[in-house]
Amino acid sequence: MDLFTASHITKQYAAHKALDDVSIAVPDGCIFGLLGPNGAGKTTLIRIINQIIAPDSGELLFQGRKLLSRDVEQIGYLPEERGLYKKMKVGEQALYLAQLKGLSRTEAEKRLTYWFSNFEIMNWWHRRVEELSKGMQQKVQFIVTVIHQPRLLIFDEPFSGFDPINVNLLKEEILNLKAAGSTIIFSTHNMASVEELCDHIALIDKARKLLDGNVKAIRKQYATNTFEVRYNSFDRELGSLLPGSYELLTAGTEDDLRVARIRLPQEAGPNELLALLMPHATIHSLHEIIPSMNDIFIRVVTEKKGAE
Amino acid sequence: MNKILLIIRREYLTRVKKRSFIVMTILGPLLMAGIVIVPIYIATTTNEVKQIGVIDETGLFHEKFKNSDNIRFHYLDTDIRSAKEVFGKSGDYALLYIPRTEVALPTNAILYAASQVNINVKSYIRNVMSKEIEDLKLEAQLRDLTSNKEASIQLDDLLRSIKTSVDISTIKIGADGQEEKSYTEVSMVLAIFGAILIYFFIFMFGSQVMRGVIEEKTSRIVEVIISSVKPFQLMMGKIVGVALVGLTQFGLWVVLTFIIVTAVTTSFSGKSSPEIPSRQLMEQTAPGFDPDQVIHAAPETSAGNDVNEVMAAINSIDFPVMIGSFLFFFLFGYLLYAALFAAIGGAVDSEADTQQFMLPLTAPLILAIVVAQFIVQEPEGPMAFWLSMIPLTSPVVMMIRIPFGVPYFQVALSMILLLLGFLGTTWIAAKIYRTGILLYGKKISYRELWKWLRH
Repeated sequence: MDLFTASHITKQYAAHKALDDVSIAVPDGCIFGLLGPNGAGKTTLIRIINQIIAPDSGELLFQGRKLLSRDVEQIGYLPEERGLYKKMKVGEQALYLAQLKGLSRTEAEKRLTYWFSNFEIMNWWHRRVEELSKGMQQKVQFIVTVIHQPRLLIFDEPFSGFDPINVNLLKEEILNLKAAGSTIIFSTHNMASVEELCDHIALIDKARKLLDGNVKAIRKQYATNTFEVRYNSFDRELGSLLPGSYELLTAGTEDDLRVARIRLPQEAGPNELLALLMPHATIHSLHEIIPSMNDIFIRVVTEKKGAE
Repeated sequence: MNKILLIIRREYLTRVKKRSFIVMTILGPLLMAGIVIVPIYIATTTNEVKQIGVIDETGLFHEKFKNSDNIRFHYLDTDIRSAKEVFGKSGDYALLYIPRTEVALPTNAILYAASQVNINVKSYIRNVMSKEIEDLKLEAQLRDLTSNKEASIQLDDLLRSIKTSVDISTIKIGADGQEEKSYTEVSMVLAIFGAILIYFFIFMFGSQVMRGVIEEKTSRIVEVIISSVKPFQLMMGKIVGVALVGLTQFGLWVVLTFIIVTAVTTSFSGKSSPEIPSRQLMEQTAPGFDPDQVIHAAPETSAGNDVNEVMAAINSIDFPVMIGSFLFFFLFGYLLYAALFAAIGGAVDSEADTQQFMLPLTAPLILAIVVAQFIVQEPEGPMAFWLSMIPLTSPVVMMIRIPFGVPYFQVALSMILLLLGFLGTTWIAAKIYRTGILLYGKKISYRELWKWLRH
C-alpha cells in the first residue's frame, strides 16, 4: 500500500516552472529516494508535501485520503537549510519544537529524556545551542525531527554538512527508523547513498519526473547485457573470437589476469559467451555489469537533453 | 495547547529573560523619574519670593494664608475683574480668587497666573484652605455636640464628615488681563509625550520583530518551524509576543516611575511645605478633645497632593478618550508597523540588507515626529487632520491632537482607518514574509517584492 501519493503536481513560480505534472507514490515502510540535479524541483516537491507551500494543481493523498493540515504532526522534516535557535538552551528548544509537533509537554519531556540518554547527550540539556559543535547540533536536530514518531520522515539532503562519521551514524539511524516501521522520503543528488539505502526512487530533472520505481528493477531495466570476464592464456586475440554482433568494450590486464567487458547481442546470454571463450581460455570469473544509479542518472538526463 | 500560544510564549519568555530587557526596565524609570523630578526639585529650591494677591469673597480666609520664606500673600479689596486688569502690572506671581458661596462652605478657588503655577504654591494654598474648612466644620460639629448632651458621636464618622478636598483650578491670563486658553502647556506636554512614546515603542519593538525574523532566517530554523505551523501563525505569534514584551516593559516603567517619583517628591515636599497651624486651632476650638487623633487621621499627605495636583491640572482633558485612544493607537500603530517590519525581516538575509527597505517604512513615522511641533500649534489645521487620518502617521499625529480636543467622529474615523491599515499591512506582510523566509542568499529588489505580492 502507498503511504503517500502525489499526483500531477504543478507549481509555477513567477519566472519558472518548478514542478510540471509530477506524480510519485511512496510505498509504506520503504525508503524512497528523490533524485535529481540541483534546481530540479526536489525541494519544491518536499515543501509541498510538508504543506509549506501549496501546489498550483494536483492532488496529495496521505494514508489513502486527502492530505490534511493536521497531518504535519505525522510528518517529520529535516530541511536542507536547517538550524536551531542559537541563543536558546538545548532542552528548552527541543521541548518547544516537540510541542509544536503536537506533543504534550510531559510526553515531550519523557521522549526527549529517552533520546538524549540514548545519544548520551543528557548533559547538554542546559547548554545553549551556540556552545555546541556543528556535529552535536546536527544530533539535536535529528532528535527533534523524529521525536514525535512520525509515520513519514522527510530528509532533504541529509548528509550535507555532516562529516563521514556522522554520515554513517545517520545512515544507521535511518535504517533503524525504517526497521521500526517509518516510511522515509529522502532527497539527494548523491547517487552512491541511493543504492545503499533506497528501495524506491523517483528521478526529477527540470521540473519533470523522468523515471521512477523499484531500484533493483530500474537497474535491471537499464542493464545493457554487458558482462565482465576475467581469464588468462589466450592463444588468439579476443576480438577475433567474437562474432560481429558482440561488442568488445574494454580489454586490459589486472593482477596477471586479463579483464574484458563485452556487450552481448540481445538474444545472447552468459552461456553463449562462455561457449565462445572456453575453448581458448581459462575463465576465472564472469558477471553481469549492472549500471549504477549514477550511470542511469547521467544516461537518463543526457538522453532527455538529446531528445529536446 | 494552541500552537500560536506556544509561539507567543516562547517569543515572550526568551525576551523578558534577556539581560538587556532587565537593564532597560530598570534604567527607563530612573530616566523618566529624573525628567519628572528635576523640574520639581528646581521649582522647590528657587528662592525667588512670590507675591500672591488674594481676593476672598467669602471672608473666611482673612489672614489665614501665612507668609512663608518664599511666598507672600497680600489681600486685595477690589473686585476680581479689576484685579485681573491690573494683574499684569502688579508684578504679582499669581492672583488667588475664592468666589462667594451661598449655602455651603467654599470648596474651590481659582488661581490666575501668567505662567504655569508652581506646584508647591498650589499645594500650600490647598492645604490652608482645606484645613480651614475642616476646622470650621469641626467647630460646627462640636457646637452641636455640646448643645446636645444626649448625642454620642463616632470619631470615624466625625472625621469623615469634615474631610474636605479643595479644587483649585488655574487659569492663565495675559498682560492685558485677558484669560488665555488654559492648560495648553499641559496639553502640549501630554501630546508630545504620548507621541514620542508611541514613536519610540513602534521603533523599538517593531525592529525587535524584524531582528527576530532575521534571526530565524539566518539560523535556518524557520523551515523547521513552518513544517509544524503556518508561516502566518509564526509571524503573528512573534508580533503578539513582542507586543506583550513591550506592554510588560511599559507597565513596569509606569509602576516603577510612579514609585520613584512618589518617594522622592514626598521627601521634598515634607521638607518644604510650610507648617499648617491647625493643631493650635483645634486646641482653641475644642478644649478637652484630643487633637492628636484628629490630626493623625487627617488624610493630607503631600504625595497624594501632588498626584491630585497633576490630575487637577489636566482636568480639562477628556481622560477616558485620552487613555482609551492612547492604548488603541499605541497597540494598532505597533501592529501595523510590526507586520511591515516582519516582512522586511523575511525578505532580507541579514540586518545589513534592511537599509533600503527601512527608509520608506520609517519615513512616515519620522515625518510625524518632525511635524509634531507644527501640529501642536495648529491641532485643527489641514495638515494635522490629514496626517491623523493616514494610518502610517495617525498613531503619532492623532496622539498629538487628542489632548487639544478632537471631534469624536474624527477619532473614530482615524481608528477605523488605522484598523483597515493594520489589516492591509498584515495581508501584504504575510505574502512577502511567507515567500521571503524560504529564500536564502538572494538580494531582493522592490520589483521582486511586487511580484511576490501579486502572486
